[in-house]
Amino acid sequence: MSEDRLARFAVSQRRRRTDRLARGLLLGATLIALVPLVLIVYYLLVKGLGAWSWSFFTTDPTGNTFFASSSIGGIKSAILGSLEMVALASAIAIPIGIGVALWLVEYGRQSWFAHTVRFFVDVLTGVPSIVFGLFIYIALIIGTGSTYAGYKGSLALALLMLPVVIRSAEVILALVPNALRESALALGAARWKVIFRVVLPTALTGMLTGVLLAVARAAGETAPLLFTAGHTNQATFDLSQFMNSLPYQIYNDVTSPTTEVVNRAWGAALTLVTMILILNLIARLIARRSRLV
Amino acid sequence: MSPGFGRRAGPLFFCHAKGALEAASIPGGDRSLLERSPLARLPDRALRYGLTALAALILVLIVYFFVRLFGEARPAFAASGVLGFVFDNEWNVNAEHFGALPLLVGTLITSGLALAMGVPIAVATALYLTELCPRRLLAPLTMLVELLAAVPSVVYGLWGIFFLAPKLQPAEQWFADRLSFIPFIGGGLVTIPNCFIAGLILAIMILPIVSAISREVMSTVPDDHKEAALGLGATRWEMVRIAVLPYCRSGIVGGAMLGLGRAIGEAIAVTIVIGNAPQLAQHLFGQGYTLAAVIANEFGEATGLHRSALFAAALVLFVLTLLVNAIARLLVLRASRSKSRVGGSGSGESPADLGAAAAAGA
Repeated sequence: MSEDRLARFAVSQRRRRTDRLARGLLLGATLIALVPLVLIVYYLLVKGLGAWSWSFFTTDPTGNTFFASSSIGGIKSAILGSLEMVALASAIAIPIGIGVALWLVEYGRQSWFAHTVRFFVDVLTGVPSIVFGLFIYIALIIGTGSTYAGYKGSLALALLMLPVVIRSAEVILALVPNALRESALALGAARWKVIFRVVLPTALTGMLTGVLLAVARAAGETAPLLFTAGHTNQATFDLSQFMNSLPYQIYNDVTSPTTEVVNRAWGAALTLVTMILILNLIARLIARRSRLV
Repeated sequence: MSPGFGRRAGPLFFCHAKGALEAASIPGGDRSLLERSPLARLPDRALRYGLTALAALILVLIVYFFVRLFGEARPAFAASGVLGFVFDNEWNVNAEHFGALPLLVGTLITSGLALAMGVPIAVATALYLTELCPRRLLAPLTMLVELLAAVPSVVYGLWGIFFLAPKLQPAEQWFADRLSFIPFIGGGLVTIPNCFIAGLILAIMILPIVSAISREVMSTVPDDHKEAALGLGATRWEMVRIAVLPYCRSGIVGGAMLGLGRAIGEAIAVTIVIGNAPQLAQHLFGQGYTLAAVIANEFGEATGLHRSALFAAALVLFVLTLLVNAIARLLVLRASRSKSRVGGSGSGESPADLGAAAAAGA
């Protein structure tokens, strides 16, 4: 074809400019989205690392928030409390969550009851975290006339983790090839053996990812703990007492007029974010090794 | 739900055929399941009923909590009627008069801001990552965007009140002065904790959710649509505008609504940066209050009618997020279901991505 014939099919300057502008804007928007992350990490490191010290991790907060001269303590009880409560919450939420997901994939499938359960799991997903705390407050504090306790905080966190675990486990379990189940059944295995020996091991790494992400989420939540676990300064292993936690400690310290206390809040925030980031990274590393990907 | 062979099912099959063979070496394994003794069938039935009970537990729990919450909120509704409580414009703790309108308006303002600022950026990010991003940068950039969801809300509040709010105050003052002729935005005192900062922080918090869902929806656009547009001579951006965006519209709206649900329910970050003033927010750059923030702030010392009013606020919050999430799921479900029937080529959504989307969206 001659050159002027071809020229009819060329992209006009205006369109080319719009294309370049739009692509630049999209790239710019992505970079804008990352700016807060960079700023938060930077600010956390700058302010938080200064607060980190050996005594920061090994002493309990003393509750002195007004007198800068006396020691304000560290965050030992907060870290311990967080670990204990999240561990208990995981121990409750993970078996129940995987159980419900198993039921949905193996037995419920597309029945009306399974659809109802899925709908209610979706409802649970959307409930604000502070409402979970109120649920447990109504059920276990008003209902029994008792007071705050660590295990009640764990229960609120477990409620929070449940929909996340159920949904991710359901997705993974549905990815297990049906042929595996059928071949095991054809070889004479009972249903429960098929589930525990064939389906679950196959889905294990994938479910682990979802579980770790749920744990990371629970570790960072403050609102469910406000009215269930209460706040205390002592480190304790008794889950039936008031229990401190990292998010609550930070929340408490944020409004303090003393600079040292606010610095402690930054140090605690850095600790919390580090823990959560580690969990996230482990989750992603495990996901890469999943056989169902 | 009948998935076919996965890519790696070959070697998988052999190593689990071995597990199946072990499984079969139980008493009566050579006979069909129906011929075995009732005792051998007991574990199966126990498992089935046990798991069904767990599933039913979810339903029972939610209904129970809803009923109890309503019971605790009753006194507040009895004092001024349901509509009276929701639309009364005075939240006065001392006078024991509780009307939730200032809270409702504050919630709407902050969530509206969050949507207006967060959704365009999130959708633009999703578009960039799915259509325009170089292959090598895709994984690290996606991970970074999803890490925004990993930051706890209390840390967002901490960062917001000590870094963002003071840094933005001069700019906010400038806006308030320059635009003083606009009633809500301009004029008035610019306080350090204010509604705008709350909206901005919420926008950052909902960004990963909306972005993840948008990316999921965009990855289901059939390649033929995109190639057809390109084949007809469209530039890259025109292809996105013609083939991708219209296809994903309802899915993106669904994702935005999920983000809205998250923004409505966020308590801790908002209560730190919004100033907690129980009056109807007069200015964008002035203090405000939201339903979730009032619960976080006042529940600790509330008694009697005050506490019941807070439970009523929680109920309103619950119902609101329920509605928003139900609409959102309907939209996202409809978007993904109808498109997959058309023969959408869903790209490999790794379980990690889905898990991350689930976790972020949860």
